[in-house]
Amino acid sequence: MAEEGVKLYGFWLSPFSRRVELALKIKGVEYEYIEEDLQNKSPELLQYNPIHKKVPVLIHNGKVIVESQVILEYIDETWKENPIMPQDPYERAIARFWAKFIDEKFFPSFRKAILGGETEVEKVIEETKENLKILEKVLEGKNFFGGERIGFVDIVANTIAYWVFLFQEAAEKEILTEEFPILCNWKDKYINHNIIKETLPPKDKSVSFFRARFAQSKASS
Amino acid sequence: MTKEVVLLDLWLSPFGMRVRVALAEKGVEYEYREEDLGNKSQLLLQMNPVHKKIPVLIHNGKPICESLVIVQYIDETWKDKAPLLPSDPYQRAEARFWADYIDKQIYSCGRMLWTTKGEEQDAAKKELKECFKLLEEHLGDRTYFGGDNLGFVDVALISFYSWFYAYETCGNFKMEEWCPKIVSWAKTCMQRESVSKSLVDPLKVCHDFVLPRRKTLGLD
Repeated sequence: MAEEGVKLYGFWLSPFSRRVELALKIKGVEYEYIEEDLQNKSPELLQYNPIHKKVPVLIHNGKVIVESQVILEYIDETWKENPIMPQDPYERAIARFWAKFIDEKFFPSFRKAILGGETEVEKVIEETKENLKILEKVLEGKNFFGGERIGFVDIVANTIAYWVFLFQEAAEKEILTEEFPILCNWKDKYINHNIIKETLPPKDKSVSFFRARFAQSKASS
Repeated sequence: MTKEVVLLDLWLSPFGMRVRVALAEKGVEYEYREEDLGNKSQLLLQMNPVHKKIPVLIHNGKPICESLVIVQYIDETWKDKAPLLPSDPYQRAEARFWADYIDKQIYSCGRMLWTTKGEEQDAAKKELKECFKLLEEHLGDRTYFGGDNLGFVDVALISFYSWFYAYETCGNFKMEEWCPKIVSWAKTCMQRESVSKSLVDPLKVCHDFVLPRRKTLGLD
Protein backbone atom coordinates (compact mmCIF):
# COMPACT_ATOMS: atom_id res chain seq x y z
CA MET A 1 0.00 0.00 0.00
CA ALA A 2 1.47 3.29 -1.09
CA GLU A 3 0.20 5.14 1.97
CA GLU A 4 2.34 3.10 4.35
CA GLY A 5 4.81 5.11 6.36
CA VAL A 6 4.29 8.68 5.16
CA LYS A 7 5.68 11.22 7.61
CA LEU A 8 6.04 14.94 7.17
CA TYR A 9 8.28 17.13 9.31
CA GLY A 10 7.01 20.68 9.03
CA PHE A 11 6.48 24.04 10.68
CA TRP A 12 2.98 25.48 11.00
CA LEU A 13 3.96 28.81 9.48
CA SER A 14 6.28 27.59 6.73
CA PRO A 15 4.73 27.97 3.27
CA PHE A 16 7.18 25.33 2.07
CA SER A 17 5.94 22.64 4.43
CA ARG A 18 2.31 23.76 3.92
CA ARG A 19 2.79 23.17 0.17
CA VAL A 20 3.66 19.56 0.81
CA GLU A 21 0.57 19.15 3.01
CA LEU A 22 -1.52 20.60 0.21
CA ALA A 23 -0.13 18.14 -2.32
CA LEU A 24 -0.71 15.19 0.03
CA LYS A 25 -4.31 16.31 0.63
CA ILE A 26 -4.96 16.75 -3.10
CA LYS A 27 -3.78 13.18 -3.59
CA GLY A 28 -5.77 11.90 -0.61
CA VAL A 29 -2.64 10.50 1.04
CA GLU A 30 -2.75 9.94 4.78
CA TYR A 31 0.33 11.02 6.63
CA GLU A 32 1.75 11.57 10.09
CA TYR A 33 2.64 15.19 10.74
CA ILE A 34 5.46 16.14 13.06
CA GLU A 35 5.71 19.79 14.09
CA GLU A 36 9.27 21.08 14.33
CA ASP A 37 10.39 23.84 16.64
CA LEU A 38 12.74 25.69 14.32
CA GLN A 39 14.50 27.35 17.25
CA ASN A 40 15.22 23.92 18.66
CA LYS A 41 15.48 21.45 15.78
CA SER A 42 14.95 17.81 16.58
CA PRO A 43 17.80 15.31 16.17
CA GLU A 44 15.59 13.52 13.62
CA LEU A 45 15.37 16.62 11.42
CA LEU A 46 19.13 17.18 11.57
CA GLN A 47 19.70 13.54 10.72
CA TYR A 48 17.25 13.51 7.79
CA ASN A 49 18.31 16.86 6.33
CA PRO A 50 21.93 17.35 7.37
CA ILE A 51 22.78 19.59 4.41
CA HIS A 52 20.06 22.21 4.70
CA LYS A 53 18.66 21.44 8.19
CA LYS A 54 15.24 22.70 7.07
CA VAL A 55 11.62 21.69 6.83
CA PRO A 56 9.81 20.23 4.99
CA VAL A 57 11.17 16.70 5.11
CA LEU A 58 9.05 13.89 3.70
CA ILE A 59 9.69 10.33 4.74
CA HIS A 60 8.05 7.61 2.66
CA ASN A 61 8.72 3.96 3.40
CA GLY A 62 11.92 4.99 5.14
CA LYS A 63 13.16 7.12 2.22
CA VAL A 64 13.93 10.79 2.85
CA ILE A 65 13.01 13.53 0.40
CA VAL A 66 13.79 17.24 0.98
CA GLU A 67 13.31 20.58 -0.84
CA SER A 68 9.64 21.42 -1.30
CA GLN A 69 9.55 21.48 -5.12
CA VAL A 70 11.44 18.17 -5.27
CA ILE A 71 8.96 16.70 -2.78
CA LEU A 72 5.99 17.95 -4.82
CA GLU A 73 7.25 16.19 -7.96
CA TYR A 74 7.96 13.04 -5.93
CA ILE A 75 4.40 13.06 -4.57
CA ASP A 76 3.00 13.57 -8.06
CA GLU A 77 5.03 10.69 -9.50
CA THR A 78 4.29 8.30 -6.63
CA TRP A 79 0.53 8.86 -6.25
CA LYS A 80 -0.84 9.23 -9.74
CA GLU A 81 -4.45 10.33 -9.08
CA ASN A 82 -5.31 14.03 -9.36
CA PRO A 83 -2.14 14.99 -11.25
CA ILE A 84 -0.32 18.13 -10.17
CA MET A 85 2.11 18.48 -13.10
CA PRO A 86 0.92 18.72 -16.69
CA GLN A 87 1.52 15.72 -18.96
CA ASP A 88 3.04 17.49 -21.95
CA PRO A 89 6.85 18.05 -21.70
CA TYR A 90 6.59 21.66 -22.86
CA GLU A 91 3.84 22.49 -20.38
CA ARG A 92 5.92 20.80 -17.66
CA ALA A 93 8.92 22.96 -18.57
CA ILE A 94 6.75 26.08 -18.35
CA ALA A 95 5.40 24.99 -14.94
CA ARG A 96 8.92 24.35 -13.61
CA PHE A 97 10.08 27.71 -14.99
CA TRP A 98 7.36 29.67 -13.19
CA ALA A 99 7.78 27.71 -9.95
CA LYS A 100 11.48 28.60 -10.01
CA PHE A 101 10.65 32.22 -10.77
CA ILE A 102 8.25 32.45 -7.82
CA ASP A 103 10.68 30.91 -5.32
CA GLU A 104 13.97 32.36 -6.58
CA LYS A 105 12.97 35.75 -7.96
CA PHE A 106 9.54 36.89 -6.83
CA PHE A 107 9.41 35.94 -3.14
CA PRO A 108 12.98 37.06 -2.29
CA SER A 109 12.32 40.43 -3.99
CA PHE A 110 9.03 40.75 -2.14
CA ARG A 111 10.63 39.97 1.24
CA LYS A 112 13.34 42.55 0.64
CA ALA A 113 10.75 45.12 -0.41
CA ILE A 114 8.62 44.52 2.67
CA LEU A 115 11.43 44.26 5.20
CA GLY A 116 14.09 46.42 3.55
CA GLY A 117 15.84 49.27 5.22
CA GLU A 118 15.59 52.74 3.77
CA THR A 119 18.39 52.59 1.19
CA GLU A 120 17.44 51.28 -2.24
CA VAL A 121 14.05 50.09 -1.03
CA GLU A 122 12.27 52.01 -3.82
CA LYS A 123 14.26 50.07 -6.37
CA VAL A 124 13.33 46.74 -4.79
CA ILE A 125 9.65 47.70 -4.58
CA GLU A 126 9.77 48.55 -8.28
CA GLU A 127 11.40 45.20 -9.04
CA THR A 128 8.74 43.37 -7.01
CA LYS A 129 5.94 45.16 -8.87
CA GLU A 130 7.57 44.24 -12.19
CA ASN A 131 7.60 40.61 -11.05
CA LEU A 132 3.92 40.89 -10.10
CA LYS A 133 3.09 42.32 -13.53
CA ILE A 134 4.84 39.33 -15.11
CA LEU A 135 2.79 36.93 -12.97
CA GLU A 136 -0.46 38.75 -13.81
CA LYS A 137 0.26 38.16 -17.47
CA VAL A 138 0.86 34.44 -16.90
CA LEU A 139 -2.50 34.13 -15.16
CA GLU A 140 -4.46 36.12 -17.75
CA GLY A 141 -7.46 34.22 -19.10
CA LYS A 142 -6.96 31.30 -16.73
CA ASN A 143 -8.79 30.16 -13.67
CA PHE A 144 -5.58 29.08 -11.97
CA PHE A 145 -1.92 28.88 -13.03
CA GLY A 146 -2.64 25.21 -13.71
CA GLY A 147 -5.58 26.08 -15.99
CA GLU A 148 -9.01 24.94 -14.94
CA ARG A 149 -7.73 23.34 -11.75
CA ILE A 150 -4.87 24.04 -9.37
CA GLY A 151 -1.53 22.66 -10.43
CA PHE A 152 2.15 22.70 -9.54
CA VAL A 153 2.58 26.45 -9.93
CA ASP A 154 -0.52 27.21 -7.85
CA ILE A 155 0.80 25.02 -5.03
CA VAL A 156 4.18 26.79 -5.14
CA ALA A 157 2.37 30.14 -5.35
CA ASN A 158 0.89 29.68 -1.86
CA THR A 159 3.47 32.27 -0.86
CA ILE A 160 1.81 34.80 -3.16
CA ALA A 161 -1.80 33.98 -2.30
CA TYR A 162 -1.42 33.96 1.45
CA TRP A 163 2.01 34.72 2.91
CA VAL A 164 2.35 37.95 0.92
CA PHE A 165 -0.79 39.21 2.65
CA LEU A 166 0.38 38.05 6.09
CA PHE A 167 3.65 39.93 5.58
CA GLN A 168 1.81 43.01 4.32
CA GLU A 169 -0.46 43.11 7.35
CA ALA A 170 2.40 42.51 9.79
CA ALA A 171 4.60 45.16 8.20
CA GLU A 172 1.70 47.56 7.56
CA LYS A 173 2.91 47.98 4.03
CA GLU A 174 1.17 47.07 0.77
CA ILE A 175 2.72 46.02 -2.50
CA LEU A 176 0.30 43.46 -3.95
CA THR A 177 -2.84 45.57 -4.11
CA GLU A 178 -5.92 45.94 -6.31
CA GLU A 179 -3.39 47.34 -8.80
CA PHE A 180 -3.11 43.64 -9.73
CA PRO A 181 -6.75 42.60 -10.25
CA ILE A 182 -6.03 39.23 -11.89
CA LEU A 183 -3.77 38.11 -9.04
CA CYS A 184 -6.25 39.40 -6.44
CA ASN A 185 -9.09 37.52 -8.10
CA TRP A 186 -6.99 34.33 -8.23
CA LYS A 187 -6.01 34.79 -4.61
CA ASP A 188 -9.66 35.01 -3.50
CA LYS A 189 -10.48 31.76 -5.30
CA TYR A 190 -7.32 30.17 -3.91
CA ILE A 191 -7.80 30.88 -0.23
CA ASN A 192 -11.43 29.77 -0.42
CA HIS A 193 -10.66 26.55 -2.28
CA ASN A 194 -12.00 23.70 -0.16
CA ILE A 195 -8.73 21.77 0.07
CA ILE A 196 -6.34 24.72 0.13
CA LYS A 197 -8.04 26.50 2.99
CA GLU A 198 -7.31 23.54 5.28
CA THR A 199 -3.59 24.12 4.76
CA LEU A 200 -3.48 27.84 5.55
CA PRO A 201 -2.19 28.75 9.02
CA PRO A 202 -4.53 30.88 11.19
CA LYS A 203 -4.32 34.52 10.14
CA ASP A 204 -4.16 36.35 13.47
CA LYS A 205 -1.62 34.01 15.01
CA SER A 206 0.50 34.24 11.83
CA VAL A 207 0.37 38.03 11.63
CA SER A 208 1.33 38.35 15.31
CA PHE A 209 4.25 36.01 14.78
CA PHE A 210 5.56 38.00 11.82
CA ARG A 211 4.94 41.33 13.53
CA ALA A 212 7.11 40.20 16.44
CA ARG A 213 9.75 38.81 14.08
CA PHE A 214 9.91 42.04 12.05
CA ALA A 215 10.17 44.16 15.20
CA GLN A 216 12.98 41.94 16.45
CA SER A 217 15.01 42.22 13.24
CA LYS A 218 14.50 46.01 13.13
CA ALA A 219 15.73 46.24 16.72
CA SER A 220 18.83 44.21 16.00
CA SER A 221 19.76 45.96 12.75
CA MET B 1 14.18 30.07 -38.15
CA THR B 2 14.57 26.96 -40.26
CA LYS B 3 16.16 24.54 -37.81
CA GLU B 4 13.81 22.62 -35.51
CA VAL B 5 16.10 23.01 -32.48
CA VAL B 6 18.04 26.18 -31.76
CA LEU B 7 20.24 26.88 -28.74
CA LEU B 8 21.04 30.44 -27.72
CA ASP B 9 24.20 30.17 -25.67
CA LEU B 10 27.54 31.63 -24.60
CA TRP B 11 30.70 29.62 -25.15
CA LEU B 12 31.91 29.50 -21.55
CA SER B 13 28.59 29.31 -19.73
CA PRO B 14 28.46 26.23 -17.49
CA PHE B 15 24.66 26.43 -17.80
CA GLY B 16 24.81 26.43 -21.57
CA MET B 17 27.28 23.56 -21.65
CA ARG B 18 24.85 21.39 -19.70
CA VAL B 19 22.31 21.78 -22.47
CA ARG B 20 24.93 20.98 -25.12
CA VAL B 21 25.84 17.78 -23.29
CA ALA B 22 22.19 16.75 -22.95
CA LEU B 23 21.46 17.36 -26.65
CA ALA B 24 24.59 15.45 -27.65
CA GLU B 25 23.71 12.50 -25.40
CA LYS B 26 20.35 12.31 -27.14
CA GLY B 27 21.87 12.70 -30.59
CA VAL B 28 19.73 15.77 -31.32
CA GLU B 29 20.87 18.01 -34.15
CA TYR B 30 20.60 21.67 -33.40
CA GLU B 31 21.69 25.12 -34.47
CA TYR B 32 24.05 26.77 -32.01
CA ARG B 33 23.90 30.55 -31.79
CA GLU B 34 26.51 32.43 -29.83
CA GLU B 35 25.12 35.41 -27.93
CA ASP B 36 27.01 38.58 -27.15
CA LEU B 37 25.73 39.41 -23.66
CA GLY B 38 26.84 43.00 -24.08
CA ASN B 39 24.60 43.24 -27.12
CA LYS B 40 21.78 40.75 -26.73
CA SER B 41 19.98 39.64 -29.87
CA GLN B 42 16.33 40.46 -30.52
CA LEU B 43 15.69 36.73 -30.56
CA LEU B 44 17.08 36.27 -27.04
CA LEU B 45 15.09 39.21 -25.67
CA GLN B 46 11.97 37.88 -27.35
CA MET B 47 12.46 34.26 -26.26
CA ASN B 48 13.51 34.99 -22.66
CA PRO B 49 11.90 38.33 -21.80
CA VAL B 50 11.74 37.52 -18.08
CA HIS B 51 15.44 36.86 -17.43
CA LYS B 52 17.10 37.87 -20.74
CA LYS B 53 19.68 35.14 -20.11
CA ILE B 54 21.18 32.17 -21.88
CA PRO B 55 20.81 29.30 -22.36
CA VAL B 56 17.51 29.28 -24.20
CA LEU B 57 16.41 26.23 -26.13
CA ILE B 58 13.97 26.94 -28.94
CA HIS B 59 12.11 23.85 -30.12
CA ASN B 60 9.74 24.29 -33.05
CA GLY B 61 9.62 28.00 -32.27
CA LYS B 62 8.80 27.56 -28.56
CA PRO B 63 11.35 28.71 -25.96
CA ILE B 64 12.43 26.83 -22.86
CA CYS B 65 14.62 28.67 -20.32
CA GLU B 66 16.65 27.78 -17.21
CA SER B 67 19.29 25.11 -17.84
CA LEU B 68 17.99 22.35 -15.55
CA VAL B 69 14.43 22.92 -16.80
CA ILE B 70 15.80 22.61 -20.35
CA VAL B 71 17.71 19.41 -19.56
CA GLN B 72 14.57 17.81 -18.11
CA TYR B 73 12.61 18.94 -21.16
CA ILE B 74 15.21 17.35 -23.43
CA ASP B 75 15.07 14.15 -21.39
CA GLU B 76 11.27 13.97 -21.58
CA THR B 77 11.01 14.93 -25.26
CA TRP B 78 13.73 12.67 -26.69
CA LYS B 79 13.02 9.77 -24.43
CA ASP B 80 14.07 6.88 -26.65
CA LYS B 81 17.77 7.33 -26.07
CA ALA B 82 20.13 7.88 -23.12
CA PRO B 83 17.69 8.55 -20.26
CA LEU B 84 19.15 11.18 -17.95
CA LEU B 85 16.68 10.87 -15.07
CA PRO B 86 16.01 7.42 -13.60
CA SER B 87 12.48 6.02 -13.74
CA ASP B 88 12.09 5.44 -9.99
CA PRO B 89 10.46 8.46 -8.27
CA TYR B 90 12.77 8.34 -5.26
CA GLN B 91 15.91 8.23 -7.38
CA ARG B 92 14.50 11.06 -9.48
CA ALA B 93 13.95 13.11 -6.31
CA GLU B 94 17.51 12.41 -5.22
CA ALA B 95 18.86 13.49 -8.61
CA ARG B 96 16.79 16.68 -8.58
CA PHE B 97 17.99 17.47 -5.06
CA TRP B 98 21.66 17.21 -6.02
CA ALA B 99 21.25 19.11 -9.28
CA ASP B 100 19.57 21.90 -7.30
CA TYR B 101 22.41 21.79 -4.74
CA ILE B 102 24.98 22.11 -7.51
CA ASP B 103 23.05 25.01 -9.02
CA LYS B 104 22.83 26.91 -5.76
CA GLN B 105 26.33 26.25 -4.44
CA ILE B 106 28.95 25.59 -7.12
CA TYR B 107 28.26 28.52 -9.41
CA SER B 108 27.97 31.16 -6.68
CA CYS B 109 30.98 29.94 -4.64
CA GLY B 110 33.05 29.57 -7.79
CA ARG B 111 32.11 33.05 -8.91
CA MET B 112 32.92 34.49 -5.51
CA LEU B 113 36.29 32.78 -5.71
CA TRP B 114 37.32 34.22 -9.07
CA THR B 115 35.89 37.71 -8.56
CA THR B 116 37.45 38.46 -5.16
CA LYS B 117 40.71 38.32 -3.28
CA GLY B 118 41.96 38.18 0.30
CA GLU B 119 39.56 37.24 3.07
CA GLU B 120 36.50 37.18 0.82
CA GLN B 121 38.23 34.79 -1.53
CA ASP B 122 39.42 32.60 1.34
CA ALA B 123 35.85 32.25 2.59
CA ALA B 124 34.62 31.35 -0.91
CA LYS B 125 37.45 28.83 -1.27
CA LYS B 126 36.55 27.16 2.00
CA GLU B 127 32.88 26.91 1.03
CA LEU B 128 33.66 25.62 -2.46
CA LYS B 129 35.91 22.94 -1.00
CA GLU B 130 33.12 21.80 1.34
CA CYS B 131 30.70 21.59 -1.59
CA PHE B 132 33.03 19.47 -3.67
CA LYS B 133 33.82 17.20 -0.74
CA LEU B 134 30.10 16.67 -0.17
CA LEU B 135 29.63 15.83 -3.85
CA GLU B 136 32.57 13.46 -3.72
CA GLU B 137 31.00 11.70 -0.75
CA HIS B 138 27.72 11.43 -2.64
CA LEU B 139 29.47 10.01 -5.72
CA GLY B 140 31.07 7.30 -3.61
CA ASP B 141 32.48 4.46 -5.69
CA ARG B 142 30.15 4.93 -8.63
CA THR B 143 31.43 5.64 -12.12
CA TYR B 144 28.84 8.33 -12.64
CA PHE B 145 26.34 10.01 -10.31
CA GLY B 146 23.82 8.33 -12.59
CA GLY B 147 25.31 4.92 -11.81
CA ASP B 148 26.56 3.05 -14.87
CA ASN B 149 25.58 5.82 -17.22
CA LEU B 150 25.71 9.59 -17.40
CA GLY B 151 22.68 11.02 -15.61
CA PHE B 152 21.03 14.27 -14.61
CA VAL B 153 23.48 15.09 -11.81
CA ASP B 154 26.48 14.32 -14.04
CA VAL B 155 25.12 16.72 -16.65
CA ALA B 156 24.47 19.37 -13.97
CA LEU B 157 28.03 19.20 -12.64
CA ILE B 158 30.31 18.28 -15.55
CA SER B 159 30.11 21.68 -17.26
CA PHE B 160 31.96 23.19 -14.30
CA TYR B 161 34.95 21.06 -15.29
CA SER B 162 35.72 23.76 -17.87
CA TRP B 163 36.05 26.14 -14.94
CA PHE B 164 38.21 23.96 -12.63
CA TYR B 165 41.49 25.32 -13.99
CA ALA B 166 40.28 28.91 -13.59
CA TYR B 167 39.22 28.21 -9.99
CA GLU B 168 42.58 26.54 -9.26
CA THR B 169 44.56 29.37 -10.79
CA CYS B 170 42.66 32.14 -9.02
CA GLY B 171 42.48 30.33 -5.71
CA ASN B 172 45.92 28.78 -5.79
CA PHE B 173 44.92 25.19 -5.04
CA LYS B 174 44.55 21.89 -6.84
CA MET B 175 41.18 20.16 -7.31
CA GLU B 176 43.14 16.89 -7.33
CA GLU B 177 44.09 17.51 -3.70
CA TRP B 178 40.64 18.62 -2.64
CA CYS B 179 38.57 15.92 -4.33
CA PRO B 180 40.52 13.36 -6.37
CA LYS B 181 37.42 11.24 -7.02
CA ILE B 182 35.60 14.21 -8.57
CA VAL B 183 38.59 14.89 -10.82
CA SER B 184 38.72 11.26 -11.91
CA TRP B 185 34.94 11.27 -12.46
CA ALA B 186 35.30 14.36 -14.67
CA LYS B 187 38.01 12.67 -16.73
CA THR B 188 35.77 9.64 -17.19
CA CYS B 189 32.96 11.90 -18.41
CA MET B 190 35.35 13.65 -20.78
CA GLN B 191 36.00 10.33 -22.51
CA ARG B 192 32.47 10.55 -23.87
CA GLU B 193 32.21 12.49 -27.09
CA SER B 194 28.96 14.10 -25.95
CA VAL B 195 30.92 15.74 -23.14
CA SER B 196 34.29 16.42 -24.78
CA LYS B 197 32.64 18.06 -27.80
CA SER B 198 30.30 20.17 -25.63
CA LEU B 199 32.73 21.51 -23.04
CA VAL B 200 35.17 24.30 -23.77
CA ASP B 201 38.91 24.21 -23.11
CA PRO B 202 39.56 25.05 -19.43
CA LEU B 203 42.73 26.93 -20.41
CA LYS B 204 40.74 29.20 -22.71
CA VAL B 205 38.21 29.96 -19.96
CA CYS B 206 41.06 30.90 -17.64
CA HIS B 207 43.38 32.78 -19.99
CA ASP B 208 40.90 34.34 -22.41
CA PHE B 209 38.25 35.36 -19.92
CA VAL B 210 38.86 34.96 -16.18
CA LEU B 211 42.39 36.36 -15.80
CA PRO B 212 41.78 39.38 -18.07
CA ARG B 213 38.52 40.05 -16.19
CA ARG B 214 40.33 39.88 -12.84
CA LYS B 215 42.81 42.44 -14.16
CA THR B 216 39.97 44.74 -15.22
CA LEU B 217 38.42 44.36 -11.75
CA GLY B 218 41.75 45.34 -10.26
CA LEU B 219 42.22 42.08 -8.44
CA ASP B 220 45.63 41.03 -9.76
